Amino acid sequence: MLIKLTGGRVYDPAHGINGKIMDIYARDGRIVERALDGERVDQEYNLAGKVVMAGAIDMHTHIGGGKVNIARTLLPEDHRGDPVPHSDLCRAGCGHAVPSTYITGYRYAEMGYTAGFEPAVLPMNARQAHLEMGDTPIIDKGGYAMLGSDDMLLRMMSANADQNAINDYVAWTIHASQAIGIKVVNAGGISAFKFNQRMLNLDEQNSFYQITPRDVLQRLARAVHELGVPHPLHVHGNNLGVPGNMQTTLNTIAGVEGYPLHLTHIQFHSYGTEGDRKFSSGAAEIAAAINKNKNISADVGQVLFGQTVTASGDNMVQFRNASHASPNKWVCMDIECDAGCGVVPFKYKDQNFVNALQWAIGLEIFLLVDDPWRIFLTTDHPNGAPFTSYPHLIRLLMDKTFRNEMFSRISPDAQAMSTLGSIEREYSLYEIAIMTRAGAAKLVGLHDRGHLGIGAGADITVYTDNADREAMFKRPDYVFKDGQLVVEDGQVVKVTWGATHVVKPEFDRSIEQTIAKYYDKYHTVNMKHVKVTDQQIADDGRGHVQVHACEGRREKTA
Amino acid sequence: METFAQAATMDSVTCPSCGLLCDDLSVERDSAGNLDVSKNGCAKSITFFARAPHTPAPRVDGKPVDLPTAVARAVEILEAAHQPLICGLGTEVQGMRAIMALADKTGACLDHMNSNGFMRNIQVVQNSGWQICTLTEVRNRVDLLVIVGTDIVSLFPRFFEREIWNAESMFGQDTTKREVVYLGGRDIDTSAGIAPDGRKPTVLACDLDQLPAVSAALRALIAGKQLHANSVGGIKVADLESLAARLHAAKYSVITWAAGTLNFPHAELTVQNMTEMVKSLNKTTRSSGLPLGGIEGDMNANQVSTWVSGYPVRTSYARGYPEHDPYHFSTDQLLSRGEADTLLWISTFNPDRLPPRTDLPSIVFGHAHMKLEQEPAVFIPVGTPGADHRGIMFRSDNVVSLPLDQLRSSALPSLGTVLTAILQAL
Ligand code: SF4
Ligand SMILES: [Zn+2]
Repeated sequence: MLIKLTGGRVYDPAHGINGKIMDIYARDGRIVERALDGERVDQEYNLAGKVVMAGAIDMHTHIGGGKVNIARTLLPEDHRGDPVPHSDLCRAGCGHAVPSTYITGYRYAEMGYTAGFEPAVLPMNARQAHLEMGDTPIIDKGGYAMLGSDDMLLRMMSANADQNAINDYVAWTIHASQAIGIKVVNAGGISAFKFNQRMLNLDEQNSFYQITPRDVLQRLARAVHELGVPHPLHVHGNNLGVPGNMQTTLNTIAGVEGYPLHLTHIQFHSYGTEGDRKFSSGAAEIAAAINKNKNISADVGQVLFGQTVTASGDNMVQFRNASHASPNKWVCMDIECDAGCGVVPFKYKDQNFVNALQWAIGLEIFLLVDDPWRIFLTTDHPNGAPFTSYPHLIRLLMDKTFRNEMFSRISPDAQAMSTLGSIEREYSLYEIAIMTRAGAAKLVGLHDRGHLGIGAGADITVYTDNADREAMFKRPDYVFKDGQLVVEDGQVVKVTWGATHVVKPEFDRSIEQTIAKYYDKYHTVNMKHVKVTDQQIADDGRGHVQVHACEGRREKTA
Repeated sequence: METFAQAATMDSVTCPSCGLLCDDLSVERDSAGNLDVSKNGCAKSITFFARAPHTPAPRVDGKPVDLPTAVARAVEILEAAHQPLICGLGTEVQGMRAIMALADKTGACLDHMNSNGFMRNIQVVQNSGWQICTLTEVRNRVDLLVIVGTDIVSLFPRFFEREIWNAESMFGQDTTKREVVYLGGRDIDTSAGIAPDGRKPTVLACDLDQLPAVSAALRALIAGKQLHANSVGGIKVADLESLAARLHAAKYSVITWAAGTLNFPHAELTVQNMTEMVKSLNKTTRSSGLPLGGIEGDMNANQVSTWVSGYPVRTSYARGYPEHDPYHFSTDQLLSRGEADTLLWISTFNPDRLPPRTDLPSIVFGHAHMKLEQEPAVFIPVGTPGADHRGIMFRSDNVVSLPLDQLRSSALPSLGTVLTAILQAL
C-alpha cells in the first residue's frame, strides 16, 4: 500500500523543514523517499494549501493505571455530562475530565495526536496501566515507571548500595513494568508520609531511612543516565503547590550535578512568596534556570479554567490539599510498599487569585523559555485541565491578542502580579511542531516518531491553515496512523491499535536474586508475577511492544 | 512448549478463589489433569483446584449440541432481545473485556453477582471518597487492626497468616505484638486473631444491625465528641472510648470490613462512618481503611467496566451510551420490574453460583461442574481461569493484578473465545 501526500506545506523540525511545500510518500506504514519505478500510488491526497506535521505526541498524560480508574470511579457526575454513544465504528463511553479508555484514544486521534505517555506507572500496578492503555485505540502509548519512594530502593540506599546495584534494580524495574523511562514523584516523600511526615524538603531526611530527596534524585538521575535510557529522569519535585517552592526547584536543578533531568508540570513548582498574599510567580527565575542549564527540560502542566480532577502519586501533597476538593470527596492510598496515590477533584476558577495566577505562571514559563526543544506542551492531563483543551492552549501561545484578551478577564489581583501582558512572544507553527512532535519524540527516545524522515512511522497530521489556531488544531483534515487514514475532518474513520513503546536496558540479571528474596520476605506477591509480559500487552491482538534502542551503558562506575 | 500431558508439580501458582490472590501455592497434576494443592492451600483453594477435569457438551433446550450450534442459538436469542441483562460476571479480565464489547453491541445492562456488597463501597467512594491501603502495606505496617462485622477468615482464609502474623516485617516491628480488635457481629470465630504468643484479641460484639449506631459512636469519639450514654448497641461506651484512644495512639491502624457481610439496610452509611473515621485519624497519625473483596472476580468486573465505560457495574448500554445507577440497574430490580427480556449468566470460577430464577430466555456460561436448577435455553460450559486457561485477576485491594496460569490441558473454550464468536456472528 503506497500513499502520496501531495503539495502540502510541511513542518518537520527534526529535519529543519519549516513550511516547505513537499510531497510525502508512505508505503505499508513507513515513510519512504518516493515510489519505486513503475509502482502505482494506491491513494493520493492533494494537500495544496494544507499544513502537514508528524502526529503529535503527548509526553505526559495520565491515561492508564489505578489512579486514573479511581478518578473515573470518583466522578460519575462528570461522566454524565459527556456521554458518548457508540457508532458503527466506535465503542460507547464517556468523556470530559477522565474519559473512558476508548474515548481517550478517539479524542486524541481526532486532535491529531498519535501517541501519549502515562507518566506514573507504579511497578506494582503496571499490568493495569498496560491493560487500560491496551483498551485505548489508535494512538501509541508507553509509560514511565515510578521509583523513589519504593522501599526496595530506599533500603538499598540506606545500606549504601553500590551505584551499579541501583542501576541494575532500576533496569529490572523498567523491564518488569514495560516502561520507557523512570519517574520520581516527591522523591522519598510518599514513603515519608507513611511514617507520618507531612512535608519533605530537598535536604530533609525520611525519618525511617535517614535519606533525603536530594540523595534519591542523584541516585536515580545517575542510574537512568548510566543505563543509557534516552529519556532523562522524569521528576515531579518536592513541595508541589507550596508558595516559595521555586527555590526547591532551583535547588533540584543545581543538585543533580549536570545529569539530564526532566522537570514535569513545572508550573506547579514555580511559586514565589511575594505580595500581600505571599503567593507570586517564579516563572522568570525558573525560565532563566532552564535557559541556562542545557541538561534540564520541562513540561508546563498548564492550568485552564473549569472542572477537572487531580490524580497524582504524591499522596503527601494530595492529602494536604484534600480540603480544597471540589466536589468535596477524595481518595488517598498507600500502595504496596511501592508508592501511593491521591485523587482530588478540582475546579480552577478565573476569578480565584491563586488559580488565575497559576494560569498566568504557566503561560509565562512557556513564553520565557527560549528553547522549544526543552519545554513541552502539557496540562498534566487531567491535573491542570483535560487534554481536549490543547487546541485552546496552542492558541494562547500563538496569538498574543487572544492571550491578552483572556488575561484581561482573570482576577485583577492576579493580573497585577503577572508580567504576562507585557510578553510579546508568539509561538510559530515550527515551534509548535517542535514542542508537540520532534522535541517530544527526542525527549522520550522514540527514534521513528515525531518526524517525517525516511523510515519514520507514517503518523501524519494534516490541518487547514487558519488564523484561529484553536479551530485549526481542534479539527485536522486528515490523521494517518502508521500510514492508515484514521481521522477525516476531525472524525474517526478507522480504528487501529497502536504500539506500546518501551526500552530494555541491559543489566546484570543476578540482581533478580536479591529482588526475589526481598519479595519473598516482605511482599504478598512473587517477584516473577510482577513482571508484565509482552504477551499480556499483545493479548487480543490489539497491541504490540516496540523496543527502542538504549545508548548502552554510559560511563559505568567501578 | 508445555503440553500438560504429564504429571507435574507446579509452584508459585496463583489461586483465584478469594480476593487475597495468594500466589505461593504448589499444585500437583496427574496425567489425567486432576489437580491437588500440596502446599500453602486452604479449604477454599483445595476445593477449587480439586474439581476434576470435566468436559460436558453445551446444551440447547437441555439437549447436548456442539459449540457452533450453541453459539448460533445464543446469537438468535440475543438478536431477538431488546433489553438483555448480563449478570453474574464471574470471570477474569479478558473475559470481562469481551463482556463489555457484547454489552455495548447489544445495549445490555451489566451487574455482578456480588454487587449488593460492592455497591456499598462504591456509593461511599462516589459520595465522599476514602483513604485506604493495600495488602503489602498491612503486612508491614499495621499495629492496630480493627475488623468490623466479620471474622475475615471464612471469606479470606489465609488473611492472618499472610498479613498479620507474618514473622518478618520491613520496619522492625515485632509482629506478635500487633493488636487485633473485632468490632460487631455475634459469635464470630475470633481464633485467627489470637497472637502467636497466645494473646487474645479484643472482641466488642454486637448484632450486625447495631453497627450503624456503634460505628457512628466510634466515629464521633474519634472526632473528639463526648457521648451521653453508657452503652451503644450493647457495647460499653467506655470500651469504645478506649478503642478511640488506641486508634489515636497507633502509628498505623487499619480498619477493615467485607462489604458483602454488612447485610442490613443502608450499610453504606456504616462503611462511610469507618472511612470518615480513618480520614479524621489521619489528621494527626496514620491510618488506612482496607475494604476486603475480590471474590468471583468482582474487582475484575468493576475495574474493566470502569475503564471501558467510565462507570463500575450496574451500568446500562440501553441508550447506546453507558448510564450508571447503583440501585435501579441491579439484577434484582431489573428482574422484579420486568425491565430485562433476556438473561445472560456468567460464573466461570464457581459452579455453585447459579443464576436467579426467571422465566426469561436465558443463556448460561458456566463452570463445567455447574448443576442448574432450571434448564436455560442455552448452556455453554467454559474453562476455569487459572486451571483450564490463563487470565488476569485483580486482588481485593484493586491495585495488584496477577496472571492466572493454565495448569492442565482442557477442551473447554474460554469465556472470551465464546463471546468473541458470538460478537462476530451478531
Ligand atoms: S486464602 Fe484465598 S487466595 Fe489464598 S489460597 Fe485461600 S482461597 Fe486462595
Ligand atoms: Zn502528571
